[in-house]
Amino acid sequence: MDRTTLDLWVGIFVAIGVAALFGLAMKVGNLTSSKIGPTYAVTAAFDNVGSLKPNAPVKSAGVVVGRVDTIVFNSEAYEAIVTLNLDKRYAFPIDTFANIYTAGLLGEQYVGLEAGGDEVVLKNGDKIDKTQDAIVLEKMISQFLFNKASEAEAKADVKAAAPAGVELDVLK
Amino acid sequence: MMKSSLMLSFIRHLRGMGHRMIERTWRLGAGARLFFLAIVYSGESFKRFHLTLREIYFTGVMSLLIIIVSAFFVGMVLALQGYNTLQKYGSSEAIGVLVALALVRELGPVVTALLFAGRAGTAITAEIGLMKTTEQLSAMEMMAVNPIARVIAPRFWAGVISMPILASIFSMVGILGGYLVAVPLIGVDDGAFWSQMQANVDFSADIVNGVIKSVVFGVVCTMIALFEGFDAPPTAEGVSRATTRTVVISSLTVLGLDFILTSFMLVI
Repeated sequence: MDRTTLDLWVGIFVAIGVAALFGLAMKVGNLTSSKIGPTYAVTAAFDNVGSLKPNAPVKSAGVVVGRVDTIVFNSEAYEAIVTLNLDKRYAFPIDTFANIYTAGLLGEQYVGLEAGGDEVVLKNGDKIDKTQDAIVLEKMISQFLFNKASEAEAKADVKAAAPAGVELDVLK
Repeated sequence: MMKSSLMLSFIRHLRGMGHRMIERTWRLGAGARLFFLAIVYSGESFKRFHLTLREIYFTGVMSLLIIIVSAFFVGMVLALQGYNTLQKYGSSEAIGVLVALALVRELGPVVTALLFAGRAGTAITAEIGLMKTTEQLSAMEMMAVNPIARVIAPRFWAGVISMPILASIFSMVGILGGYLVAVPLIGVDDGAFWSQMQANVDFSADIVNGVIKSVVFGVVCTMIALFEGFDAPPTAEGVSRATTRTVVISSLTVLGLDFILTSFMLVI
């Protein structure tokens, strides 16, 4: 093998390898999409964050406007303090509503921001007061069952209290 | 009488076991020494880089074809199997994530290492074993040329450099193969395929860890191949046995090490 052609082949080999790694980083990985510019941090308190994780997206109107930085437990108020890093380009009113949503039925959880109407905007270190917790499926199911049960009980009570004759009178 | 012969065979077994254990421990120590020497004498393989370049050609460039073809088929079959299961849950768009994560995290580095052990590792072992059999290594020593600096170190660095490059190519080609099956053939949405992949594949947690794995596998596979060649008995049978052992030991080590590395990476 001539040395110059050998060099050429090794060069091609390395170039393909670098191109593949570059492709992995840009096209497959999140190196491009996770880049958000300078950020400011706001906090929000939730009674229950569900399975929200650090680095989860913060979305407003479906657009990613920031990322969840940290989630810590506040042992005085027994609530979770979530720190959100929001993109400096976007300003939100001080009465913005923070919800924890789930992407799809089984997807990951993210923080959704719904802008309020106040003139004053959130600054670095501010706290979002209006929050809504993550929906816990078990809670919802038990609530639903409880409602059904109490409904059925109420119906039974009405029937027991009013004999057939009385009911007919009412109908007349 | 019966009892004593049973006892004897038991003792013989025990002795054989002990012998094998000592033999393996000795080989482990000798391998570690060779690794250390290869690192110490690796100055020359960078000073005279054409030596390493030549080995990169033989281990890396010559492995390209088998890597690209198998990556393509692995990606295609992953997409096919993944689609089959995912569409039952109505989330066939997640097929891109499945293919990419499986390739970047596991299959890329591991299958590349297994193919590398079979394609390049055996060649290294046979070459060095034959060099030893034909006393070329002793001849080098007679001419005051250090065979470790001249033969072992360039091959070692060539393997370490080639493996991550090959693994990256494997992952990328595999993803393209998966794309080919998922999008034009099955009809998964093109945008969803890539955007779901980008949303769920993390650069540092997935891609960089995959590259780290492949570097470790590169060190291990090349070192095993070099040591088996260096340690081969100088006979035709010895070289052939050493070549077989290279494939077996490399494959087992790669698979076992993969588990250890993954458990470390998931914890950190």
